[in-house]
Amino acid sequence: MSTMLRINRDKCGYCGTCVAVCPEDALELIDAYLSLERDCIACGICARACPLGALEVVHEE
Amino acid sequence: MKSKYDMLVIGGGPAGALAAKTAAEAGNTVCLIEKRPAIGTPIRCAEGIGKECLLEFIQPDPRWISADIERARLIAPNGTSVSLEQENPGNTVGYILDRKIFDRELVWQAAEAGADIFVKTRATAPIMEGGAVRGAKVMATGSPADIRADVVLAADGTEAQFARWAGLDTTVPLREMMSCAQYLLTDIDIDAASTDFYLGNDVAPEGYLWVFPKGERTANVGIGISGRKSRDGSRAKDYLDRFIGKNFPEGKTIEAIAGGVPVCQPLPCTVADGLMVIGDAARVVDPLTGGGIGNAMYTGKLAAQVASECISAGDCSKAALMPYDAEWRASRMGKSLERNYKVKEFFIALDDKKLNVLAESVASVGLAEFSVSALIRELIKRNPKMLFELKALKDALR
Repeated sequence: MSTMLRINRDKCGYCGTCVAVCPEDALELIDAYLSLERDCIACGICARACPLGALEVVHEE
Repeated sequence: MKSKYDMLVIGGGPAGALAAKTAAEAGNTVCLIEKRPAIGTPIRCAEGIGKECLLEFIQPDPRWISADIERARLIAPNGTSVSLEQENPGNTVGYILDRKIFDRELVWQAAEAGADIFVKTRATAPIMEGGAVRGAKVMATGSPADIRADVVLAADGTEAQFARWAGLDTTVPLREMMSCAQYLLTDIDIDAASTDFYLGNDVAPEGYLWVFPKGERTANVGIGISGRKSRDGSRAKDYLDRFIGKNFPEGKTIEAIAGGVPVCQPLPCTVADGLMVIGDAARVVDPLTGGGIGNAMYTGKLAAQVASECISAGDCSKAALMPYDAEWRASRMGKSLERNYKVKEFFIALDDKKLNVLAESVASVGLAEFSVSALIRELIKRNPKMLFELKALKDALR
């Protein structure tokens, strides 16, 4: 099983709140596109901080 | 775009613009890059600024003033309203800006002063040599380039990635990140001269909800809640939607934005070899109000002044740039950040009941002075029974 961060791009307001709280510097906002780097540890801090609920840590088999 | 400048500024908000303008006026070659395709948009701001704060840097211009503010009202959980008026009713105490125009004006002034400006150009990494920042690798509308500079000013706002890449820890703890959402609402009944702040754990846990007028029947209606209070079903947007459904059901949304406001303490050090950090990236947002425009302009200008001297002297080491860090900490802004951090920590720990008691105690008092310290002094004076709890507030004023 693996955990990963899912970005709902229809909800994302590309505001960058998640970028500033990420302890791994794994997120970057490139204009209106939130990019996720491989360093993501799926800690879920960004998902908590998101004002719009656009981020979700998902568990996959 | 040249490959070498005296100063490189990362970010075209108020901090970056003031820095670029100041450094260019001092005769330096300056390059300002902005990753977005347009200066001033999208906004991430409630757009309020105090009058004194603004006048220090620029004369108000109707082109980018949306509303003149005469008073602030704090609305407690039980509806008790505390009105902060100043001595002469009808006088302006602050403004709600139109950031789209305001930010452009500031960058325009930097350009006129001689700075080069590039939009849709983002830094991808600092150029590091022997531990010192010597410029930045950039992506300019799809083309990679190196821009070298004697000193780089990181003005990249809340995200603050450039300083992080250069080795400074800019990560904001979840509890000190205000998770924010805002609508520009029109066709609503408001007091067009008042900024209203709604407090309470059911309204905006560890934050507040604001109604900042943008005209007679239009306002920025937004909210900030602590990141640690943000969960599915109780996010900033959820609280805001509930408030608007109750208070402005007929309002029409012209713009919907989100954002994060760091209300932590400033970075432990805002300079490094070849690097200065300014504005929101330096975490110099007022932790009580969340206001950052004035402090961004102040730190941007000050950093550029110090940098200009260092460039002339041929030494942009951390030690040489340090007077910037020392000066803003000792300044009125630095003292105010320190005090308001303590005041914020006090207020977020209060339950609604105590918040109501405090609001009721000063609701009928005409506060002669429009300031945080005047309000706190009044609260302490009028609540002798809460002396123990208010001690932290009293200490903050020292």
